[in-house]
Amino acid sequence: MTLQVELVSPERILYSGEADMVVCRTAGGGEIAFLTGHAPFLGALDTGVVRVKTAAGDQVAAVHGGFVEVRDNRVIILSDVAELAADIDVARAQRAKDAAAGDEDEAVAARARAEARLNAAARA
Amino acid sequence: MASGQERILRRRIKSIQSTKKITRAMELIAASRIVKAQQRVAAARPYADQVTAVMGNLASGGAGLDHPLLQERDPVRKVGFIVLSADRGLAGAYNSTVIRAGERALQAHQAEGRDYELTLAGRKAEGYFRYRDYRIGEAFSGFSERPTYEDARKVAQAAMARYERGSSEPGGVDQVELVYTRFLSMGTQKVVNVRLLPLERGAIEGAGAGDGPQAAYEFEPEPGQILERLLPRYVEGRVFAAMLDASASEQAARQRAMKAATDNAEELIKNLGIVANKVRQAGITTEIMEIVGGAEALRQAKTDGRTDYFPDTILSRDLLLDHLDRSGAYK
Repeated sequence: MTLQVELVSPERILYSGEADMVVCRTAGGGEIAFLTGHAPFLGALDTGVVRVKTAAGDQVAAVHGGFVEVRDNRVIILSDVAELAADIDVARAQRAKDAAAGDEDEAVAARARAEARLNAAARA
Repeated sequence: MASGQERILRRRIKSIQSTKKITRAMELIAASRIVKAQQRVAAARPYADQVTAVMGNLASGGAGLDHPLLQERDPVRKVGFIVLSADRGLAGAYNSTVIRAGERALQAHQAEGRDYELTLAGRKAEGYFRYRDYRIGEAFSGFSERPTYEDARKVAQAAMARYERGSSEPGGVDQVELVYTRFLSMGTQKVVNVRLLPLERGAIEGAGAGDGPQAAYEFEPEPGQILERLLPRYVEGRVFAAMLDASASEQAARQRAMKAATDNAEELIKNLGIVANKVRQAGITTEIMEIVGGAEALRQAKTDGRTDYFPDTILSRDLLLDHLDRSGAYK
């Protein structure tokens, strides 16, 4: 038994395939992992890293908000801003992180996004 | 020798030929872009479908549908319009149709005493409404041929911000309508005017019910909070879908317009070619008549014995042949 995983952005399906486990981070709830047979679940995602563990290796993506729905061994992750680790421009994310100094909401959010990208890239 | 008139005709034919080359190229480019635009419409569908499904699940999971974006307001005092047009022309009636549909909707609301607020996408809509002195809330451009989700988000955010303010505050509205061109098929595109905000509750409540028995979901955070995050994404998604449809329609309209232009150019070239040939033939005929006439006059003058007027020393005997050689008409 495996999970059927889909990582969907508004413009295209980023990843679709089978996996053993999916780890993501819900808003306010912390990290959560899904294995086969998980109870139906619906959550809102925080800015962070989504990890899809497959037999062939891990798929890692950075998401900036989004939603996760788990049902009947299907995991669907919807995110309007999502990037697969392979597509992340590490140098650019690093620059964005360095540029986003300060405590304003905007800067904090930008830093969180840059960090999520860097984390995803590092874990891939 | 080509006469002046003929030269002008030939020049026109040449210029139409180069115009035809351009319109043909544009036609082919548009045709290939329609396919790409259609692929993008298809690629965007899974997300939109999933967002709708999740919303249905939230609704049946007990999320209260009292979110502001779902609240009908009565009375509606001010209506916001989003009009999606193209940045470039040369697309037949594409721009004018959608722009006029927007203007008509706006005037219909005005006739019933409602105020308006315009959110425009595409340079053409902006030009039209600005020229006619409409009050423009915001105008976006530069993406009509290849809209991204980011573009849709900007437009949707602007509309949502106005809607949330409500008509009691300056710049706020009680309802938002979206006017765009829906892509039905290569041959058919239709301008539609749909209500974007408030969202139709029925569409949300019914969305999740279709796929089998409802599962008892765990929610994190609670359903209401998820819905609060999800609804704006849903609105953005609808604007994005409309933009993708509009861009496919734009390319289809452009392809048709450029095909018509190419056909017209061909027709013109054919007709002008016939006229030019006629003019040339008429010129040759006139020349022959003149020569024959001249030779005849010469011969008669000689037989009449009035040689003093036409001495051989002035006019060569081979006048006719000579002239024909120079004119190049008989080669």
